[in-house]
Amino acid sequence: MTDYRIGIDVGGTNTDAVVMDGDDNLLAKTKTPTTEDITSGILNALDVVLDDSGVSEDELDYVMLGTTHATNAITERRGLNEVGVIRIGAPATQSIRPLLEWPDDLAAAVGNNVAILDGGHEFDGRLLNDLDEEQVRAQIREFSDVDAFAVTSVFSPVRDDHETRVAELIREEVGDDVPISVSNEIGSVGLLERENATALNAALTSVASEAANAFVEAMDERGIDANLYFGQNDGTLMSVDYAIRYPIFTVASGPSNSVRGAAYLSQVENGIIVDVGGTTTDVGAVTEGFPRESSVAVEIGEVKTNFRMPDIIAIGIGGGSIVSTDGGVTVGPQSVGYKLTEEARCFGGETLTATDLEVAAGTIDIGSETPAVDADIVEAAREYVRERVEREVDRMKTSADPVPVVIVGGGSILVPDDIAGASEVHKPDHYEVANAVGVAIAQVSGEVDRIYSLDEMDREGAIQHAKDEATDNALAAGADPDSVDIVDIEEVPLSYLPGNAVRIKVKAAGALDH
Amino acid sequence: MTVEIGVEEIEDIALGATVLGTGGGGDPHVGKLVAKQAIEEFGPVELVSPDELDAEDFVVPTAQMGAPTVSVEKLPSGREAVTSMERVERELGKTADATMPIECGGINSTFPFAVAARRGLPVVDADGMGRAFPELQHETFNIYGVSGTPAAVSDERGNTCLIETDDNDQLEWLARGVTVRMGGVGYVSDYPMTGAQVKETAIPGTMSLARDLGRALRVAEDDAMDAVREVTRESIYGEARSLFEGKIVDVQRRTERGFVFGHVDIDGLDEDAESEMRIEFQNENLGATVDGSYVATVPDLITVLDRETGGPIPTESLRYGARVRVLGIRTPEIMRTPAALDVWGPGSFGLDATYEPLADLP
Repeated sequence: MTDYRIGIDVGGTNTDAVVMDGDDNLLAKTKTPTTEDITSGILNALDVVLDDSGVSEDELDYVMLGTTHATNAITERRGLNEVGVIRIGAPATQSIRPLLEWPDDLAAAVGNNVAILDGGHEFDGRLLNDLDEEQVRAQIREFSDVDAFAVTSVFSPVRDDHETRVAELIREEVGDDVPISVSNEIGSVGLLERENATALNAALTSVASEAANAFVEAMDERGIDANLYFGQNDGTLMSVDYAIRYPIFTVASGPSNSVRGAAYLSQVENGIIVDVGGTTTDVGAVTEGFPRESSVAVEIGEVKTNFRMPDIIAIGIGGGSIVSTDGGVTVGPQSVGYKLTEEARCFGGETLTATDLEVAAGTIDIGSETPAVDADIVEAAREYVRERVEREVDRMKTSADPVPVVIVGGGSILVPDDIAGASEVHKPDHYEVANAVGVAIAQVSGEVDRIYSLDEMDREGAIQHAKDEATDNALAAGADPDSVDIVDIEEVPLSYLPGNAVRIKVKAAGALDH
Repeated sequence: MTVEIGVEEIEDIALGATVLGTGGGGDPHVGKLVAKQAIEEFGPVELVSPDELDAEDFVVPTAQMGAPTVSVEKLPSGREAVTSMERVERELGKTADATMPIECGGINSTFPFAVAARRGLPVVDADGMGRAFPELQHETFNIYGVSGTPAAVSDERGNTCLIETDDNDQLEWLARGVTVRMGGVGYVSDYPMTGAQVKETAIPGTMSLARDLGRALRVAEDDAMDAVREVTRESIYGEARSLFEGKIVDVQRRTERGFVFGHVDIDGLDEDAESEMRIEFQNENLGATVDGSYVATVPDLITVLDRETGGPIPTESLRYGARVRVLGIRTPEIMRTPAALDVWGPGSFGLDATYEPLADLP
């Protein structure tokens, strides 16, 4: 079997696509403009690479998609579900109501339906309060108009009984059609951040299912009968069903795909990745081939969350960045973005962009004309970019030792080859479509992040439990049972708590199930 | 003069408390949200200066204590500290005229405002640490002879435990044990005292200082340092000075007895280019050396700011590569007496240093 695959990454400016064969050879690639409806841009890219590669629709086995539907929906407050946000933990937690810290327009967009009901557990799994099923049923009936439910119970990463039971009660009261997000499947300890992430996830399920359906229909129209997957924040894939249930896990898939793709193209398993796009440059780190996770709360739509997100720093420098020469030369953060081909001087426009400088210097040849730019300005702008990139690369490092740096993305030419603190600098072939390569080569994974009390279970038992659950999660996401491996185990003793509490994080990953 | 503390002032106090927290004191986020919701529900809180108290006024401080992991998950009901305060009132047969923070860094700087809003009481513009410290005996109240008890610890179920002891170290020990049984976090009312005792033992003006620092940092567009300097110049603390500027090159941490111990190494930039600073910490920053010699130690404040944004960086967020400015602020006289230094001088934290107050700027 040839296992032809298409990887597609939808970015703010460009939609990139690649065709790869079963041995991960790249057969065709393209960069096409992202369209407002997203789907037609995806189809444009798809048509180009199928045409160039000579691979026919019915030879395709897999289509992998990295998309920004969910991110855009949050930023623009568009298409969000009305959510019934149920917190289980009273009498505790009443001093901070759900959504208190959300921006008013975002809270309004999800309907501001919140309730704090009896129940929850202590850190060691003891009962905090009994779940009052009649109270829960009454609340569900009061939320009869909502499109989705988000359920968060105190210390559910330790014991999820109450969340599971509330989900059952919702099913009994309103049937199987209303999506339910439960917090222990979304985030970790930190009630507000986990509840925020769960509520955002619940708000996104309609957007996600519309996007997935549009994608599936488009594939059907093209006569493509391939397995469809979505890229997720940790650089792995999930099935369409999973993506509809957990859309929040797609919000950072773009930068993660770039990190994975850059690591694959350069064969650098550990190092720093610099992805230079049209408007911004993302700097991230790759550890054993996977994007390094952020250790602090990540804000999405100005809301603090705590689920797995890549550790990425964005700088306002890209190919479309506007160059200013008023008092010292600066580059960005203002950008012409997707209007590069209209507004940049090399395309006959009026605006001096970072791309124009390289055209003027003769390092690249795009556009209709060669703008005349003073060599001193080119030099000063390059130094400006170098300094900014070097600083962020340094921030992503964990020690002073030099590390490999991989530069990818359409604007790679802007970054010099000699970066301070780098042991070696790679600009691999196909650098401009690293994100699409990243999603095309991705594995599927499952993760667990839980607190175990070692008074109830021995350490080996706890780790085995976490491994089994991570493996189950990987299988549920579509991994081939024969290829699933545990790729990461992290154990954090919580020594300031009695009862030998330990936090165990396990990740399992495997190849796509054929 | 009556000063009202509303939602915006709570934001400023929480931010200013991260400067006074000297890297520790716990994430003020939860305390801030609890106070904001209480003020929205019950109305703004009056902040009164210790000078305005009558000698016989009855002041009952309130605070949260326990494990940070629990306090961000099992959030309070909001009633707990009120329950503790009521238990202490009942024990002494008196009704509180005000509450007061026991520390001005981290979560406990804002938490008493929620209690005050609920009870309709003012908050005294003072505290017992003048910064953040790890334990309940690290209090000027303790140092200058106020009994920590009767104290009460309560949980969200309404359970209350009354503690009586004539040894304030025992108060910390017993209360800490009770919080474990309460699920890792408890809400305490301790060091009940008269207005006269507040005037003698509390560090005055620290809440308004936190508010002014927070506001200055919020509105400072260019130089956060100038803003902090200006606010501290008018306070009983020394004028803030820049001790060092540089890049973090190493961070070491270890957890022992429930505390995070460690140090951070900073390579100098610009004027400090030839030097290296090390800051030792135990939850809070304890001492700073430049090329091996101490330039600041507890109880003086050592706070690490982001060099670009001016935002204070807590010890748990220090990481390699960050560009920082290290700030030193001399603590007021009341925190530097021989009796105070016995409790929180460099020696009490195991530093091999003699306390030298940070000098005034030339």
